[in-house]
Amino acid sequence: MGEAKFDNPTEALLARHSAPRKGSDWAEATRHAARERTLGMGAAGRRDEYWRYTNPTALNAAEAPDVEIMQLEEVPVFDGVEKLLVTFVDGVYAPEQSDDLSGEGLEISTLEEALSADIHWASDVFGVLEGNGQSPVKRPFAALNTALAGQGVVIRATGKVSKPVALRYCRENTTSDAVLHHVVRVESGADLNILENGAGASRLNTVMEVDVAKGGTFHHLRAQGRDHARLAATAIFARLGAESHFKSFTLTVNGVLTRNEVVIDINGDDTKASVAGACLGDGDFLHDDTIFITHDAVNCESRQVFKKVLKNGATGVFQGKILVQPDAQKTDGYQISQGLLLDDDSNFLAKPELEIYADDVACSHGSTCGAVDENSLFYLMSRGVPRAEAQNMMIIAFLDEAIQEIEDEVLADDIRARLSGWAERHKT
Amino acid sequence: MSTQESIAKEGVDAETVDAVKTVGEKYKYGFETDIEMEYAPKGVNEDIVRLISEKNDEPAWMLEWRLDAFRRWEKMVEPDWAMVNYPEIDFQDIYYYARPKSMVEKPKSLDEVDPKLLETYNKLGIPLAEQALLAGVEGAEEGRKVAVDAVFDSVSVGTTFQKELAAAGVIFCSISEAIKDHPELVKKYLGTVVPPTDNFYATLNSAVFSDGSFVYIPEGVKCPMELSTYFRINAENTGQFERTLIVAEKGAQVSYLEGCTAPMRDENQLHAAVVELVIQEDADIKYSTVQNWYPGDENGVGGIYNFVTKRADCRGDRAKVMWTQVETGSAVTWKYPSCILRGDDSQGEFYSIAIANNMQQADTGTKMVHLGKRTKSRIVSKGISAGKAQNTYRGLVSMHPKAKDSRNYTQCDSLLIGDKCGAHTVPYMECRNNSSRIEHEATTSKVDDEQLFYCRQRGMGEEEAVALIVNGFAKEVLQSLPMEFAMEAQKLVAISLEGSVG
Repeated sequence: MGEAKFDNPTEALLARHSAPRKGSDWAEATRHAARERTLGMGAAGRRDEYWRYTNPTALNAAEAPDVEIMQLEEVPVFDGVEKLLVTFVDGVYAPEQSDDLSGEGLEISTLEEALSADIHWASDVFGVLEGNGQSPVKRPFAALNTALAGQGVVIRATGKVSKPVALRYCRENTTSDAVLHHVVRVESGADLNILENGAGASRLNTVMEVDVAKGGTFHHLRAQGRDHARLAATAIFARLGAESHFKSFTLTVNGVLTRNEVVIDINGDDTKASVAGACLGDGDFLHDDTIFITHDAVNCESRQVFKKVLKNGATGVFQGKILVQPDAQKTDGYQISQGLLLDDDSNFLAKPELEIYADDVACSHGSTCGAVDENSLFYLMSRGVPRAEAQNMMIIAFLDEAIQEIEDEVLADDIRARLSGWAERHKT
Repeated sequence: MSTQESIAKEGVDAETVDAVKTVGEKYKYGFETDIEMEYAPKGVNEDIVRLISEKNDEPAWMLEWRLDAFRRWEKMVEPDWAMVNYPEIDFQDIYYYARPKSMVEKPKSLDEVDPKLLETYNKLGIPLAEQALLAGVEGAEEGRKVAVDAVFDSVSVGTTFQKELAAAGVIFCSISEAIKDHPELVKKYLGTVVPPTDNFYATLNSAVFSDGSFVYIPEGVKCPMELSTYFRINAENTGQFERTLIVAEKGAQVSYLEGCTAPMRDENQLHAAVVELVIQEDADIKYSTVQNWYPGDENGVGGIYNFVTKRADCRGDRAKVMWTQVETGSAVTWKYPSCILRGDDSQGEFYSIAIANNMQQADTGTKMVHLGKRTKSRIVSKGISAGKAQNTYRGLVSMHPKAKDSRNYTQCDSLLIGDKCGAHTVPYMECRNNSSRIEHEATTSKVDDEQLFYCRQRGMGEEEAVALIVNGFAKEVLQSLPMEFAMEAQKLVAISLEGSVG
């Protein structure tokens, strides 16, 4: 921001990136509309209600930061799982490091390819779910993403997909400003798993639009890499049809600034949605989960489970909302956000909101924040567990409610192993 | 109610008892007193501010204070973040000052007050004669007294028991008298809790407040009786801007009650009050409100806009404040009684019942700002929505880095009656140290069918059953009210929900 030649700060944001390759008419129209949207809403600022706890300055800055690439010796997350691997290096599709884009029960292509087709099913989803998700809360980084979208994958699941699609985000340059946009459609009765892994860029902006038709199942599991100084603004927009299932879990360790938005519209009856996350931060770390779930159908269930472990001045933010529309009777909405502060300098800031216009609902939210329970620590220590180890056991136990939201046990155990690894490295 | 219960206590006239007894009818207080009024010209500008100051015979510093606030207000914009919708208010189409003609020469004692005014308060169940009890409730503590300051539109009509209070060292008078008689105290404390720059309505209030109550409890004094202020809006197109300042010095204690009503009118009227509480070391203030401004009719025509700033500052160690509110009236409510817990070991409590029926909108809650060590706060909020009403709880709990070992517990429950209303919860929790603990729970549900069936099966009418269940839902808050208010509040719950079922 701040370059004098732009009247509008969002113009500067749009100008940061080179224009994506020109697509077909519908794709260009969508990008153009997103561009107008971006210009119209202006940049995110501290005065915005939904940015009160997270300073977007670094995300708005003209230059992406210079971030050292972390050399890891450990086995990458999800390594043991059979998968369809799609790799992006600094936000650019890398076919040589990816599997063939084909698989049983799904159609998959790059975003670039889909957007250049004259007729494509993705035209009903691309930029549409993001656009719908801009009201009542504006999400400038998501609009910006659609306007600049050139890289990403487009996946259509038509049946039971045999193995998960794994999106791996690698880094080669210390400075990179990546925009990734994925479009997913799960057809009626189909079943798709998506795994995401890696920091991807020194500044990463991702949007995933997920359209789940009647009876479809979508599972999403994400690990956001371990690179310390990276920035990320991500958004998932989901539209859920009747009797569908949606689950998303995010693990975040490290990262100076992470803003994960999830916007879910429940449109069909008897639907279940769950969004969960576990984050661990040490030192210069700000992690923000901003969730908005709209219930617009009967007899649906939604869950939000977020746990944050914070130390050395780290900050955890949770802004969750459940909106129940007037006819969404029999809604069951559950929301829990908890912060575990390992020392006196860390912060947990939460705003769990309910907005309810239907009477036959059971909605609840809970939010707590505090230190590791001294009595429990004492109990463990009295049985011979050293203090630091006892504390780590407590951390793992604290996070486990969120991990339990992951359906696949093998993947859940993989995530548990990462938590233990972090706790071990940051032991005090 | 059995006949035995309705027997009046000695000294309470039958009319008063009847007035309270029949509280269980529709909006009881919608009558208008036909009385000659003196108005300042409509609108607000520096001249009006000067005029109000002049009418109150204020010293120059007070006028300067008001003018500063006014100049600032002119540059401010009305806040729009609350979940309430109402047509734009034309601030130049309101009378900012209205007083009964008979009050031009301030009566020297209650005996000189215009009988019409006294009658108004009698009708409201607030007799201004010095007597033992508000409303002849049988079984009340013997000799329990309540001193009342009655504010009618822009002026204080009279304050009871002033002599007896003075003997104990307590100052209880209208704020306009306090500015004249105790300028050093007013100057020291006014605007120190809610500064004139605080927010749009508080700044407007700072410029144009006309009257209100002032309470000063000196060191170590336990106020010998409950204090009460009764606000009445009567004149048309008039805004009421009252200002209350309560100071409890070291070790002092006081319980303060506040009630409010207004006539039924088709146009909306503005009420923008500021309440400041200063609580020193070991002092304790209990502040209870039964807010029953005219809520408008079932189509949302008329009613009071209640935009109020209330804040308590626990300055000393172990200071304690308790806000209890029963919010049943007003077309639109925008109110967040807050606690600044500055002293170590200070405590803040907030108990609230907010009932919104028909087209009412309420956006209310509290702020607990923990600054001192080992500070404690507790929030219990019960929101009830019926008809087409919208009810929002909005609250902040903030633990500052230095507020070590502090605790907060928040519970906010919403009850929905009917499928056209809304219940919303917007809590903010900010924890900036790890020895403190914040716990927050919220639930939203409807009146339980099984409970309703149980009551109906035992012969209760549907409305009666709902009122009983709602009273049970709000029990925790009702229990924290002083007894006279608790009785009134329970009845109010039933009235406010009238027509909400079936």
